[in-house]
Amino acid sequence: MIHARGLARTFAGRGKGADKVEVKAVAGVDIDVEAGEIVGFLGPNGAGKTTTLRMLTTLLKPTAGSATVAGFDVATQSQQVRRSIGYVSQSGSTSPEARAGEEIMDHGMLYGISKQQAEARGRELFEQLDLEGLWTREPRAMSGGQRRRLDIAMGLVHDPTLVFLDEPTTGLDPQARANLWTHISELRTKRETTVFLTTHYLDEADALCDRVLVIDHGVIVASDTPDALKRQVSGDLVELVLADASRSAETAALLERVADSDLGIDGATVSARVRGAGHEVAGLIRSLDAAGIALESIEVRRPTLDDVFLTLTGRSLREDA
Amino acid sequence: MFWRETFIVFRRQLRMALRNPAWVIIGLVQPILYLCLFGPLLEPLAGTLGAENAYTLFVPGLLVQLGLFGALFAGFGLIAEWRAGVIEAERVTPASRTALLLGRILRDVLQLFVQGIVLIGLAFLFGLTGSIIGMVFGLILTVLLGAACAAASNALALTTKSEDVMAPVINSIALPVLLLSGILLPMTIGPQWLQVVSDFMPTKYIVNAIRELFTGDFFTITTMWGVIWTLVLFAAGLYVGTRTFRKENA
Repeated sequence: MIHARGLARTFAGRGKGADKVEVKAVAGVDIDVEAGEIVGFLGPNGAGKTTTLRMLTTLLKPTAGSATVAGFDVATQSQQVRRSIGYVSQSGSTSPEARAGEEIMDHGMLYGISKQQAEARGRELFEQLDLEGLWTREPRAMSGGQRRRLDIAMGLVHDPTLVFLDEPTTGLDPQARANLWTHISELRTKRETTVFLTTHYLDEADALCDRVLVIDHGVIVASDTPDALKRQVSGDLVELVLADASRSAETAALLERVADSDLGIDGATVSARVRGAGHEVAGLIRSLDAAGIALESIEVRRPTLDDVFLTLTGRSLREDA
Repeated sequence: MFWRETFIVFRRQLRMALRNPAWVIIGLVQPILYLCLFGPLLEPLAGTLGAENAYTLFVPGLLVQLGLFGALFAGFGLIAEWRAGVIEAERVTPASRTALLLGRILRDVLQLFVQGIVLIGLAFLFGLTGSIIGMVFGLILTVLLGAACAAASNALALTTKSEDVMAPVINSIALPVLLLSGILLPMTIGPQWLQVVSDFMPTKYIVNAIRELFTGDFFTITTMWGVIWTLVLFAAGLYVGTRTFRKENA
């Protein structure tokens, strides 16, 4: 569905003084997405997610490399690409003062479908996306979640086989996010639409995507299923909170025996990555007990995509997000 | 296909404009205020200014002012639309980029056309006399000038994407143009140096041409220059506008 090779985009920027510098927003990425997949594009702000998306959706010409989307070349067959894809941008798609139904009909008609067809498709999408009764509502009078679902409906009005969602849940409250996730995964199960979405939320990629591409500084640094990516992180995070902070050095020494990496002390908290923590933790607790070190709490966390990102790039996603 | 797309964009714009009657009313009230509050001041001066009828002098100026100002500010609406993501959403459809611009300009042009008719019609009540056919041609020139300004304004809006940048730019263009085009008073009453400066204003020729058209002088050098400048500005405005709308990063 998407095949990109060495796709790159440089912008002319300005360095210090009057020096012209080239900013490599995307430095040559290879992307393959098959029909029916839900693929997440994960990275911090400024990593090149949106630029890549804009190239794949024909809004921006690549400065190098090539890409075919839905079987058409983005550079030479942009019209055919546009007809086959839906794009839901971060910034929305409707005027706050317009009426939702009219917006979706006009949008459909710009794709060349008839007025009757646009209305029928629009109403069907409103029903599927829980927007019934909002046909004449102005987007400014909608909740954030409703507006986002309206944007998605706008992107689907011409029945594309592939839809791009740029940060679909940014700025939504947790409930609206969970609700939107359901709708996004239904795009595949109910409409057989391939979904390519960008996000900087790890739980989102985790909950929705079959596969995750991790991008950083314009380069794809990893591409795999969320589980396989998490396996790359060496072990689970074991975090011990002590009743008495003065014994943290002793605790660290005990923890080090089973730890693989990232041994750290922060006040009364001692933590490390432990491979197979479930197996090791029992022995650890026994040895702590034997040394008379009391624990306030113990936590074992499976690696998250945040940890994956940290392992791959040396930086945390959250710092940038 | 192209005209259908243009019409879809135009209808959407018009629908939203009509739903917000404040703008429609403000747009219509402005020319009326000028006629009622400024026209009477000109009446006793008409003779001195070399005109038989104050309103054949004044109404063409007001028309051009409407065309310039109304349309130059058209781009502000576009910035709001851009911010709401509408432009991006439209650009990802297969619709022609030129249609996206033209549909918007047509809305501005229609508004200008209606304003012009209201202005001329009302001016008759105040005592405007002259050639009806000339007035029709004058209105056409105004509309073409307005289209050029609306296109340029949209291009500027899409380039700056910021009201804060755009407002001072528009104001710093519009005010000298207004003052140097002889819109309110003909430049001929000014000192030599001011007349020379105003010779560089294309809009001065357009105002003068519309004044001649109003009095029924169709085939004069003045009219010719006005028509030429209108067409030049119209072509330039549309060129810049379409180019910006086609530009990938806009």
